[in-house]
Amino acid sequence: MLTKRIIACLDVTGGRVVKGVKFKNLRDAGDPAECADAHARDGADEIVLLDITATSDHRKTMLDAVSRTARTLFVPLAVGGGIRTVADAAAVFDAGADKIGVNSAAVQKPELITEIASRFGSQAVIVAIDAKRTEAGFAVFVAGGRRSTGRDAIEWAREAAARGAGEILLTSMDQDGTRAGFDCELVRAVAQAVSIPVIASGGAGSVSHFVDVFREGQADAALAASIFHFRIESIEQLKRELHAANVPVRWPC
Amino acid sequence: MIAIVDYGAGNLNSVKKAFDYLGANVTVTRQCESVAAADKIVLPGVGHFSALSRLGTAGLRDALLEGIRAGKPFLGICLGLQWLFDGSEEAPDYAGAGLLRGTCRQFPAQVKSPHVGWNNLSLCDASLPGFSRSSPSRLLRNLAPDPFVYFTHSFHAPVTESTSATCEYGFPFSAAVERGNIFGVQFHPEKSGTAGLLILKNFCEV
Repeated sequence: MLTKRIIACLDVTGGRVVKGVKFKNLRDAGDPAECADAHARDGADEIVLLDITATSDHRKTMLDAVSRTARTLFVPLAVGGGIRTVADAAAVFDAGADKIGVNSAAVQKPELITEIASRFGSQAVIVAIDAKRTEAGFAVFVAGGRRSTGRDAIEWAREAAARGAGEILLTSMDQDGTRAGFDCELVRAVAQAVSIPVIASGGAGSVSHFVDVFREGQADAALAASIFHFRIESIEQLKRELHAANVPVRWPC
Repeated sequence: MIAIVDYGAGNLNSVKKAFDYLGANVTVTRQCESVAAADKIVLPGVGHFSALSRLGTAGLRDALLEGIRAGKPFLGICLGLQWLFDGSEEAPDYAGAGLLRGTCRQFPAQVKSPHVGWNNLSLCDASLPGFSRSSPSRLLRNLAPDPFVYFTHSFHAPVTESTSATCEYGFPFSAAVERGNIFGVQFHPEKSGTAGLLILKNFCEV
């Protein structure tokens, strides 16, 4: 049976994993390769390295981190942050990533999705969507959630899939960092609109939140960052409890 | 030496890395001569079935078939497994190797496509009805029962008498095949954690 994936996201800057609240008060959380390996051993089904600085000066440092992480990681590795061109994507794949995530650049230039997918395959392209509740529905935000695009998140997800995205990484701006639970309504709306897998993000705080987003939200995978750092909750424990709640997960792994 | 065949489709780094990790002597090559000189051959691949047409233009198709005929252990991964069959609905104009019978098809409409993520294998026991396999799988030996492995694909190969493991997604399909020196896996062993590494190690030891 196809299982629900638990994806660990590591925020990286200057070649180090960092942890803060909404990108503020960053604390050093270790080496990317070591953190990724530790999460994989703990049962993570996939690892995401997110370049939170994503400036050109940091590009090489990030590629080094990807390359070192990929060398000893044998679960899928996705990399996001600052990928604006096919050449950017190619450099990340060369460094050893299996998938890349595009967000703002894809909104600005939707053809980018097709260009990367036709060269590296749809399975390698994740379109990340930051969505926020508005009176008119769920709106797409870019630039780290600072700028509204005026686009509808469900429509954009549908277009991204049609243009060749292999997966949608859907973050609720409203829930992100709150640990109050995923936005199941948002996730379900997108999951029902596209046939590609939807990764839910934003708001994970407890095991029951994961149960809810897989059942009510119909998510195919769930991503969490903060709760897995500093061992607040281990992935092993999360998976054991999901298994006990009859959510199909890769456990034991 | 194990030759990983590069035909310009997809990222072969991860397959090479996994063999490197296991200490195997591997080379990534586009040259027919290197394929001819290798002891074992790996045909990886992600993406569209039509990408396999590049094997023909590069002269690699004949080199692969020659190596297989000569009894060299051959491992097809993902598209590489599908290539072993007659063909695929994904690219009806391009013929597969035809070493295994059947056509690769899309998943039924009631399941999401592509099939992405970790799913478990059902190892085909030689004693099961419908399977004429006379010997246990060499590629899948020592695996825990129903191991989880990582898939990402939109088309699948049919279950045949050469199927060594099935996977269930809408219905059962061939997750692994094995006949003599021919091996194929639809999933990505290089991305399947310890189970995947064990499978690659088994291939090294065939």
